[in-house]
Amino acid sequence: MTAVAPAATRPDTNRVGTIEARDFSFWYGKKQALKQISMAVPPASVTALIGPSGCGKSTFLRSINRLNDLIPGIRHEGDLSLDGKSVYDASLDVVALRQRIGMVFQRWNPFPKSIYENVAYGPRINGVSDSDSVDDIVERSLRRAAIWDEVKDRLRTSALGLSGGQQQRVCIARALANQPEVLLLDEPASALDPSSTQKIEELVYELKQELTIIIVTHNLQQAARASDHTAFFYSGELVEFGPTDQIFTRPREERTDAYITGRFG
Amino acid sequence: MSPETSTATTAGFRHFHDQLSSLKEQLLGMSSKAEERTDIAVDALLTRDRDKANLVIAGDADLNRLEVEVEQAAVELLALQQPMARDLRFIIGAIKVSNDLERVGDHAVNIAESAIRLAEKPKINIRIPEIEVMARRARKMLSDSLDAFIRADGALGRKVCRDDDVVDSLHDSVFRVLLTHMMADPKTITPSLELLLVGRNLERIADLATNIGEDAVYLAEGKQIKHHQEG
Repeated sequence: MTAVAPAATRPDTNRVGTIEARDFSFWYGKKQALKQISMAVPPASVTALIGPSGCGKSTFLRSINRLNDLIPGIRHEGDLSLDGKSVYDASLDVVALRQRIGMVFQRWNPFPKSIYENVAYGPRINGVSDSDSVDDIVERSLRRAAIWDEVKDRLRTSALGLSGGQQQRVCIARALANQPEVLLLDEPASALDPSSTQKIEELVYELKQELTIIIVTHNLQQAARASDHTAFFYSGELVEFGPTDQIFTRPREERTDAYITGRFG
Repeated sequence: MSPETSTATTAGFRHFHDQLSSLKEQLLGMSSKAEERTDIAVDALLTRDRDKANLVIAGDADLNRLEVEVEQAAVELLALQQPMARDLRFIIGAIKVSNDLERVGDHAVNIAESAIRLAEKPKINIRIPEIEVMARRARKMLSDSLDAFIRADGALGRKVCRDDDVVDSLHDSVFRVLLTHMMADPKTITPSLELLLVGRNLERIADLATNIGEDAVYLAEGKQIKHHQEG
């Protein structure tokens, strides 16, 4: 099945952070998890992936930065590209790819280090050694993750001492420190209280000015509030992809309507 | 692939659907009252029956109360259930339909008031069969539009919209016939003006039924056909 964003929102391939899937299929051993997914994710916007558990949305997300490579017995067909270049290109450095495509998970996972060290880690292993530059990156990243004001006086204390919502934003700052073009968020707020969830959603809104954000969420209201485009996955198929306002008010596919009104799934 | 029926249907989900069904019942109740009021008002007019006309006027508070009840139930569902897609379109539609039905009641009251004023004056022999046809057609449109909305039947919704053209042309005929009477005999001017008002109110009832038909199409197909926006 092929789905692309409507003409007005087709990605401008000159912009960085353009993700495009073409007939992308994916298998875990014999089990096919994705079936010929074709979609063009518009850059500098938020795309939500929704669908019942096991529908393939997280597999799709983890295929974009090739996180699935770590699982034995996987294979794929078709292609996934970032800015027109295949992420499966043999000459591509996977580590460099993951710098360009940051990821944040459902369960916040800061390193057992200070807040500062968490954010400085990426730039340092990428060769930034000048301490002023590292300081700048840490401050800029924490500001972009909307947590600077809350932690600026305790940068050297353990990140594990922060609240869940704060730890999650430190993880976002850690991803932003590598200056990614794309940010993948896998259920980033599902374990957070409403106030922390709201902060993450506001942050997503701010960041989309500069980044392509793809968010997997089971919370349909969150998808409706936070995204510009929504893709509905079911049984490994991309059933429908379109502007979020259309998907949640006038979905074209009966299956999308049934899912978002809670009639199945 | 066909969507599976969820085995994990929650109590909350059933509760929501019970509430949606009850909203449908409320709309059907309003609609049958609005249709009944229109019937009685037109009957009161034709039979010069002031008691019947007063019944319509007294009954208007009922429709006003039902409109508020539907609106409250709909707002509660929006806030508590955060419905989407078809359910969202239904609830938004229900608010608009209840508003339209309340206004149908107002037009029935206007017709009843004309009936009382006409009954107070000496009987003048003006026969306007078009008024009866308009009343019958407007009432049918009203009941079709509600069926279309409740059953999410887009085709029936579109038929109601087409039927409005017939009522509009009947309205034009009423105007022409009454104008002829008034020119021929000035004694008919006062009753003719009342009948013109009645025609105008029936035409508005048909317009309100058309609105409901358009809402039915939006509910069924997600397409906005108001103001020729289809496409």
